Amino acid sequence: MKLRRIPWFLIAATLFYVIVYFLNKFDIINGYLLHIINLSLIYVILATSLNLINGITGQFSLGHMGFAGVGAYVSGTLTTLVLKLAPTNPANMLPFILSILAGGLVAALVGFLIGFPSLRLKGDYLAIVTLGFGEIIRTVFNNIDAVGGPRGLLGIPRFSNFTVIMVFSFISVVVLRNLIESSHGRAMLSIRENELAAELVGVDTTRYKVMAFSFGAFFAGLAGGLMAHLIQLAHPTQFGFIKSVEVLIMIYAGGVGSLTGSILAAFGLTFLSEGLRLGIRAVADATGLPIGGEWRMVIYALLLIFIMLFRNEGLMGNKEARIIKLGEAD
Amino acid sequence: MAALLKIEHLTHFFGGLRAVYDFNFEIPEGAIYGLIGPNGSGKTTTFNLITGIYVPTEGKISFQGDNITGMKPFRIVHKGVARTFQNLRIFGNLSAMDNIRIARHYTTTSSLAASILRLPSFKKEERIIKQEALELLELMHLSNRAQETAKNLPYGELRRLEIARALATKPKLILLDEPAAGMNPKEVDDLMHLIRRIRDEFKVTVFLIEHHMQVVMGICEYIKVIDFGETIAEGLPEQVRNDPRVLEAYLGKRGA
Repeated sequence: MKLRRIPWFLIAATLFYVIVYFLNKFDIINGYLLHIINLSLIYVILATSLNLINGITGQFSLGHMGFAGVGAYVSGTLTTLVLKLAPTNPANMLPFILSILAGGLVAALVGFLIGFPSLRLKGDYLAIVTLGFGEIIRTVFNNIDAVGGPRGLLGIPRFSNFTVIMVFSFISVVVLRNLIESSHGRAMLSIRENELAAELVGVDTTRYKVMAFSFGAFFAGLAGGLMAHLIQLAHPTQFGFIKSVEVLIMIYAGGVGSLTGSILAAFGLTFLSEGLRLGIRAVADATGLPIGGEWRMVIYALLLIFIMLFRNEGLMGNKEARIIKLGEAD
Repeated sequence: MAALLKIEHLTHFFGGLRAVYDFNFEIPEGAIYGLIGPNGSGKTTTFNLITGIYVPTEGKISFQGDNITGMKPFRIVHKGVARTFQNLRIFGNLSAMDNIRIARHYTTTSSLAASILRLPSFKKEERIIKQEALELLELMHLSNRAQETAKNLPYGELRRLEIARALATKPKLILLDEPAAGMNPKEVDDLMHLIRRIRDEFKVTVFLIEHHMQVVMGICEYIKVIDFGETIAEGLPEQVRNDPRVLEAYLGKRGA
C-alpha cells in the first residue's frame, strides 16, 4: 500500500525529462530528434484529451483538431499580432504561457457552445456534427485575412521548447487522470457504459457530456497553441479533418479508454511516421527505385489495419499502466 | 399514513397502442407492494413512466407529495426513486465496486477542482464512498467480487449487483423489475430475505414486478394485477390469488 503513495508517474516523467535534456546538451539527441520528441509530447496532450471524449465518455468526436486550431490561432494572434513578444527576452515567457492558457479557454468555450446543442445527438450523428464543426473552423481561418487567410499565421515566435512542452504535457495527463479517477470521471464512464442506466442512477448525462467536451477542447486548445509556437506557424490545413483522424487513430491504436495507451501511441506513431519518411528515402537512395516519402502513408495505413485485425482493442485495451494509475484512495 | 408514491389516472399510448390505461395506485411508506400481469400487460411501461423514461400521455405521478410527472429520469432519482431493470443494465466494463460508486455520484459533494487537486476533503469522501460500497457489496454477498469486471459475473450475482447499485443512490422507494428472473430456488429464497432486509434495515419502500409466484405471494403485502394495461384486480395476496379474473388472465393455466 505504501508503494502506491510514491508519485511514480512524476518520477518517470522527471527522469525522462532529465535524460532527454542532457542527451540533447551533449548532442546525442540532435535538434531534429528533439523536435520529434516535442511533437510527440504535443500529440500526447491531443490524444489523451480526445480519449476523454471518445474513450472515457463514449462520445464520438471527429473534430478534435478544430479545437486545437482555435487554441493555435488565439494564442498565436495574442503573442504575434497583439503583444508582439520577442522570444529572446525571458520575461516574455509568462505572457506566452498566459496566451496559451487563453487559447485553451477559448477552445473550451467553443467546445461548450458546440457541445450544448449537439450532445443530444448520439453516435454517428454526433460524429457528423463534430466533423462539420472542424471543417467550419478550418474554413473560417482560411478566410480571415487578419490572421493570414490561406497563407496561415506566419512569424509566430518560437516559445515552445522542450521544457515548456514537457510541463504542459505532464500537467495535462495528471489533470485528466485525476479527473477520470474521481466521482466526476466515473460519471463520464457510466455514460459510455450505458447511458440510460447512468441517468437512472442519478447521473446528469447531458451535463457530463458537455463537461467532457469542454475539458477535451481545453486541452486540445493548449496543444494547438504549443504546436503553433513550436513550428512558428498556424495554418488552416493543420487543423482539418485528416489531422483529426490522425489523433483518432492514436487513441484506437493505443486503446480506447486508456491514457497509457494514448501516450504510447502518440510517441509510437509520431516516431513511426517520421521513421518511415527517413527509411523510405534511404531505400530509394540505395536502390534507385522511384519511391517517394508519400509511400510512408501506405505502410502507416497497413500497420493500422494489422492492429485492428490482430489486436482490435488497441495496445493497452482499456487498462492503465501501474505508474499512471493512482489506485484506490485508502 | 400518507402515500409515498401516488399514481392517478396514469395512461400511456405508444402510437395507437394503449400500453397503460387509467392506472391508479398508492404505496404507503415502508410497504412491499407487487405488480403482476401476463407478458406485455404494461408492467415495465408503468415502471418506465414512474422513473421518467417515458412521459405519460395522461395522468399524474406524485412522490412524497411532489409532482414528478415528466421530470428527467436523473432528477427523479435525486428525489429518491431507484430501480433495477428486467434486462440487466450493468456497467459491464467496470468493476462491481465502480458500478456501485457511480450510483453514489449525485450525493457526492467534492467539486471538480477538489477532485483534480486531490484535496484532503476529496480523499476523505472517496474513502467514505468506498467504505459504503463495500458494505453494500457485503450485504449482497458480493464482497469477494469488488474488483471483478462486472460483465464476468454470473447472472444471479449481476441481479444482486443491480440491487446494490440502486440502493447506493440512497432511495426511499426502490422499483424492482423481475428481481428473481433467472435465479435458482436457493437464490430466490435468499432474494426474498434480502428484499425484506432492504425494507427493514434501509427503510426503503419496495415496489416490484415479478412472475415468480412464490416471491409475489411470499413477500408482497398488497398486489395489483394488470392485463392489457388495465387493472383487473388488486388486494391482499389471498384475495388476488382467488380472484376469478386473475386466474383467468394470468394464473389460469396454473390453476387449471
